[in-house]
Amino acid sequence: METLRPTTESETIEAVGWACGGERALEIVSGGTKRGLGGPADAAAGLDLSGLAGISLYEPEELVLTAKPGTTLAEIDARLAQHGQTLAFEPPDLGPLLGAGPGLGTLGGCIAANLSGPRRFKAGAARDHFLGVRAVSGRGELFKSGGRVVKNVTGYDLCKLLAGSWGTLAAMTEITVKVLPAAEKVRTVLVYGLDDEAAIGAMTRALGGAFEVSGAAHLPAGMAALSEVGRVREPGSPVTALRVEGPEPSVLARTESVRALFGDGHEIDELHGRNSGAFWREVGEARFHAASPEEIVWRLSVPPAEGAAVARRIAGELEARAFYDWGGGLIWLALPPGTEDAGAETVRRALDPAGGHATLIRAPEEIRRRVPVFHPQPAGLAALNERVKRAFDPRGILNPGRMDGRG
Amino acid sequence: MKMPEPDADVIARRAGIARALGEIVPGEGVIEDRAALRAYESDGLTAYRQPPMIAVLPDTVAQVSAILRYCHENGIKVVPRGAGTSLSGGALPLADGVLLGLGKFNRVLDIDYANRCAVVQPGVANLAISQAVEAAGFYYAPDPSSQIACSIGGNVAENAGGVHCLKYGLTANNLLGVQLVLMEGEVVRIGGRHLDSAGYDLLGVVTGSEGLLGVITEVTVRILPRPPSARAALVGFPSAEAAGDCVAGVIAAGIVPGGMEMMDNPAINAAEDFVAAGYPRDAAALLIVELDGPEVEVDHLVDRVAGIARDFGATSIRVSEDENEREKFWAGRKSAFPAVGRISPDYYCMDGTIPRRRLPEVLGRMSAMSDEFGLRVANVFHAGDGNLHPLILYDANNPGELERAEAFGEAILRLCVEVGGVLTGEHGVGVEKRDLMGTMFSDEDLKQQQRLKCAFDPEQLLNPGKVFPVLHRCAELGRVHVRGGQTRFADIPRF
Repeated sequence: METLRPTTESETIEAVGWACGGERALEIVSGGTKRGLGGPADAAAGLDLSGLAGISLYEPEELVLTAKPGTTLAEIDARLAQHGQTLAFEPPDLGPLLGAGPGLGTLGGCIAANLSGPRRFKAGAARDHFLGVRAVSGRGELFKSGGRVVKNVTGYDLCKLLAGSWGTLAAMTEITVKVLPAAEKVRTVLVYGLDDEAAIGAMTRALGGAFEVSGAAHLPAGMAALSEVGRVREPGSPVTALRVEGPEPSVLARTESVRALFGDGHEIDELHGRNSGAFWREVGEARFHAASPEEIVWRLSVPPAEGAAVARRIAGELEARAFYDWGGGLIWLALPPGTEDAGAETVRRALDPAGGHATLIRAPEEIRRRVPVFHPQPAGLAALNERVKRAFDPRGILNPGRMDGRG
Repeated sequence: MKMPEPDADVIARRAGIARALGEIVPGEGVIEDRAALRAYESDGLTAYRQPPMIAVLPDTVAQVSAILRYCHENGIKVVPRGAGTSLSGGALPLADGVLLGLGKFNRVLDIDYANRCAVVQPGVANLAISQAVEAAGFYYAPDPSSQIACSIGGNVAENAGGVHCLKYGLTANNLLGVQLVLMEGEVVRIGGRHLDSAGYDLLGVVTGSEGLLGVITEVTVRILPRPPSARAALVGFPSAEAAGDCVAGVIAAGIVPGGMEMMDNPAINAAEDFVAAGYPRDAAALLIVELDGPEVEVDHLVDRVAGIARDFGATSIRVSEDENEREKFWAGRKSAFPAVGRISPDYYCMDGTIPRRRLPEVLGRMSAMSDEFGLRVANVFHAGDGNLHPLILYDANNPGELERAEAFGEAILRLCVEVGGVLTGEHGVGVEKRDLMGTMFSDEDLKQQQRLKCAFDPEQLLNPGKVFPVLHRCAELGRVHVRGGQTRFADIPRF
């Protein structure tokens, strides 16, 4: 397959225009770390945006950064760190989970997949930090939306639509995001020995109180055993983790308050700065499932208090290994290789009582051709999604098949 | 301001349309009496008035669906309306349109503390959500200044903000799901009690779509534990530059306050005359910086903010010592609009956003414009996120003053865009800023937005005449113009 690698916006317009004119399908990639995620694209040519790279604007006092889509997150992180700032949605590097290696992910890929890490429930997703965009529609036409200021309701917020559209609506050529001060201090309270239900209950209590918890995850013993962090791995029991961030005096006081939630009879420990960073990175990137690359991996977004019940329904039918993030609202589930149809029917049926959606994150291409990677939607909503797709890409040339029927 | 030409055929069918709507919404749900229709002739932007052809007030989702399907099938325009507090004319009726009022959808349906969300009908007032969950220690974060009256459905339609959105986000960032009725009558549910979307983020794009994409019939919002304490610092500065530098200094120090508001000297004095909040009358600019969170954090940060303010040349600093004092500090800011209303027969409130560091320049040029247009201006400003609310003072009884105020407002918004900002930070485009959209967007940008509209409402019957200066037919927008489609571009690197 031939790949076009534009280095300017006008070349991108030309490339998409060429594809549109000839009705040739394009597979859009940037860092390529998530090529194995989504329906396999049936494309005539590749459109590689990694040549559109670089930070074009960064104003720390304005909390704003503009970069081209091929800019690596590593470059952006390093630049922000010089000013004590960060992307508050904690974009996870899914490269290792998907077998593509670490450190290659780009801003464009992260926004196109609307990925966010453990701070999601407090700080928002990638889409909540996405202020402005320039992009080329499947019509081969440049359009922009949003701006470079945080507060803006001028016109439809097309940024929201492009975030999580997996390159099926437009090829982005410039992205503006909100950046925020990094926390001065981080502590993670570890509670050992809770079963899934008790852990969800504990996280619900912590998130329902005024502790400003910014990370809430639970690892059953088998998952905790895979952690790089000694205090998580070594005790050999389930670990429930609650993160507290902010100015030092506040973090110290809140850490005590969170510990006090559990009283006596629970074994409790703490992670400080470096270990905290390593732990939440492996949670956000689902590293516990990276070690067994042949397993099937699902990511389920559910009402947080329902997390354990959903996982239990699945475990009743399939041999599943799961851990929880977002206070129970995110379940990372691994199934044995060879599970028929990736267990899609069981996994998705488990969501019916309370709602939510399940995404097939990792599975052999042959399965992804048959099983919808993204959660099937009710007919009316699916038809609306299809009309939205056509409004941007009437000839269906951008990443066809990537988002299943919508591609 | 020109609205789409009323369709005489539709107006001629008025009695029949009212009868048909009466079959859908029995009893007193259909209003056709011309005197009664006056109640709906404008929203919070009172400069524009137009009674609707008919108003209809359904109280079930099935009725909303049937009304929209009927109107779609019969080519009748529909304008949805929540509490009618829009400051941009988003709910301005059409002479040949049905006004669809959602005031009867006023129930809180479910409060789910375990999942930290509330499911409410769209007519519930913003503040009523916080009140409903108050006893359990929760609240709903977005707090537009009209929060006593404005409805949550309207908040979703306008992506409403408020004083605290610097830290807690706009409506879009606090929303989990909606039930939406499309113009063809189809009822769809987007989102739920979980995060993120399975398909395209339609929830995100419906938020702030100003009633052009669908009619919201149910809203699921996130609720947050109420911060245990809050303190405010009242800081006077000898110049707007110094105040602006202080705002940048606070952010650069890694502090994101719950709220960070600025007022200029005319606004300070108007507020002080009105509520005697203890503001420094001689200050060129006043900052109110509020820190909220655990007590130990608030005490720590308020000291740091006071230190930063001193470094930037503050002439007065007062920190609230109790809730009464904090509320008093806010009383002046919160009553700034009525306070200005006392010193001028009329005022016109603008809503541009600018990159914060351009503030001194923008204030300077605005002051020059004030002389040029011969009208006074007072400024209140969400300083933390660069959202300006210049209040242009005028007297509508003086011939030509309204037009001059509008011209002044337009000049201010053009200036906001020129310095890298936007036309509206939280009030919406509506009819008010519709004809200025071209200053921010190219024809191509606006056409792409309208193609999205076509995906939801192909006949463009829902709230037409708002947001877009030029209406294109969907068939025309859908046509693909191929440029150079068959040529290969030698200069693009290939592999």
